[in-house]
Amino acid sequence: MTAPTATTELKPPALSQGWLGWARENLFAGPLNTLLTILTVWLLLATVPAFIDWALLKAVWSAPTASVCREAAGGACWAFVYEKHRLILFGLYPFEEHWRPMLVVVIFLAMIGLSCLRRFWTPWLALYWIVALTAVGILMWGGVLGLTYVENERWGGLPLTLILSVFGIAFAFPLSILLALGRRSNMPAIKALCVIYIELIRGVPLISLLFMASVMLPLFLPTGVNFDKLLRAQIAIILFAAAYLAEVVRGGLQALPKGQYEAADALGLSYWQKTGLIILPQALKLVIPPLVNTFIGIFKDTSLVVIIGLFDLLNSLKASLVDPAWPGFSAEGYIAVSLIYFALCYFMSKYSQALEARLATGHKR
Amino acid sequence: MASDGAGPVIQMRNVNKWYGQFHVLKNINLQVSKGERIVICGPSGSGKSTMIRCLNRLEEHQAGDIAVDGIQLTNDLKNIEKIRREVGMVFQHFNLFPHLTVLENLTLAPIWVRKVPKAEAEASAMTYLERVRIPEQANKYPGQLSGGQQQRVAIARSLCMNPKIMLFDEPTSALDPEMVKEVLDVMISLAETGMTMLCVTHEMGFARQVANRVIFMDYGEIIEQNKPEEFFRNPQNDRTKLFLSQILH
Repeated sequence: MTAPTATTELKPPALSQGWLGWARENLFAGPLNTLLTILTVWLLLATVPAFIDWALLKAVWSAPTASVCREAAGGACWAFVYEKHRLILFGLYPFEEHWRPMLVVVIFLAMIGLSCLRRFWTPWLALYWIVALTAVGILMWGGVLGLTYVENERWGGLPLTLILSVFGIAFAFPLSILLALGRRSNMPAIKALCVIYIELIRGVPLISLLFMASVMLPLFLPTGVNFDKLLRAQIAIILFAAAYLAEVVRGGLQALPKGQYEAADALGLSYWQKTGLIILPQALKLVIPPLVNTFIGIFKDTSLVVIIGLFDLLNSLKASLVDPAWPGFSAEGYIAVSLIYFALCYFMSKYSQALEARLATGHKR
Repeated sequence: MASDGAGPVIQMRNVNKWYGQFHVLKNINLQVSKGERIVICGPSGSGKSTMIRCLNRLEEHQAGDIAVDGIQLTNDLKNIEKIRREVGMVFQHFNLFPHLTVLENLTLAPIWVRKVPKAEAEASAMTYLERVRIPEQANKYPGQLSGGQQQRVAIARSLCMNPKIMLFDEPTSALDPEMVKEVLDVMISLAETGMTMLCVTHEMGFARQVANRVIFMDYGEIIEQNKPEEFFRNPQNDRTKLFLSQILH
């Protein structure tokens, strides 16, 4: 065989190249395709400008009272969000102490950012987290270092959402790995226990678990023994998330070729060496997309604690909506809170993609 | 160590194994002395792979005794791990760890199982990579290597544990034809060092050149075993004759 020479190479047809070619291929490939394109463009034209008009062009950004805002605005009244942002972000936490939950949010975001960087993936990271979480506890509760004591009934807003989801994921993930390994174990008792746990917890809505944790559990505990509502909700979230994550992890364990297990065995690695050095690094990498999917789900599911009366971000928004001085601004409020949720979820999604790309080591065999 | 005397390093006595109702290994009796190089051949499904996989407990036998390097193979996890440390295995599909570099593949077991210091493990890994003639690939990932190179890395990975016995489970049958030779060359030079080797393979040229003994298996039984020249020139059993006529065109 000879290599193609310059004279044998033809240029592709002009119409298949450039933006024209792209449009022909993607937008107008056939009658149905063309129709869909026209329909989509019409739909976008009908909605997007109107929304921009409402949200930006005709919006009012600041106003002293609700009625002033109403009258001035042909569109959104963002003054409401500005007026209520502290209630939305921090719930019923004492107003003059708001710098404390603010600092907690900063600590959480900084620690999450730090944990995402690979050069911090050392045993020290665990220590940093312990220090950070201790600081979070001190700031939120107070009662020491001259901080006034704030009972956790009054915690709320974004710090509460972050506490529930960070602790939820941080404890549920390792537990889920143990459950997934247990479900694939050769030891019948352990296997049965894990299967029962996963199926029972997964088969029940989170709301009912939260409800049981807050209402039914105290009935079974002896009088005098009482641990607080927040902790009970946190435990319910951890147990629930672990059951879901366990099945994701099991998917990864099952997707690994049998040869990887055999090669590790043949080299004389012990079970835990094999699991920690060979199996989990590969299995978890395989399931990064569904793992992050579940993380995002857990993060948003924390808003269900509303049913047991905890004021997470969404519920503190609801509290601010019922202020008689500023009635009827729910659209603005929900959009603002949605943006916070979206920003955090989108970050998780983007980070998982970057992580996947960084951990790729060429073709699998 | 028990194998330092003249006794056999592998002793299989009346070994039987079933998959469900299917009888895969029937009364296997096999003795292997130190330094012996054995080639095992036979039709697909004849139990050859299963037999050598029983030797390091990748498969469990249900009746009979197996002793490797003087250690009885039972359900005792300690014994199994002890045996696996002394027995290297090379697989048909290489089974390198794709998330680790070539060098990390080689040093993993010495560091974690033999507790060799990292620097020492890496130095010894490099000498083995030189022996299989790919030291320049040390920092690549397995996915970036050709099949033949991957298999040579797999051989080096086993050798890094200083095994007393090497098992080869069809090491060349997943390779492109032009890569078979480079792997066989490594195996031949390994044989010259006096390593005890059990190879399941259909490379009859390799068997002629290297083996002390060729074993023919069919339907889970050892049908015939002999020195290679006798085995090929003068097969006794009809099934052996049929098999040889099919693979030696």
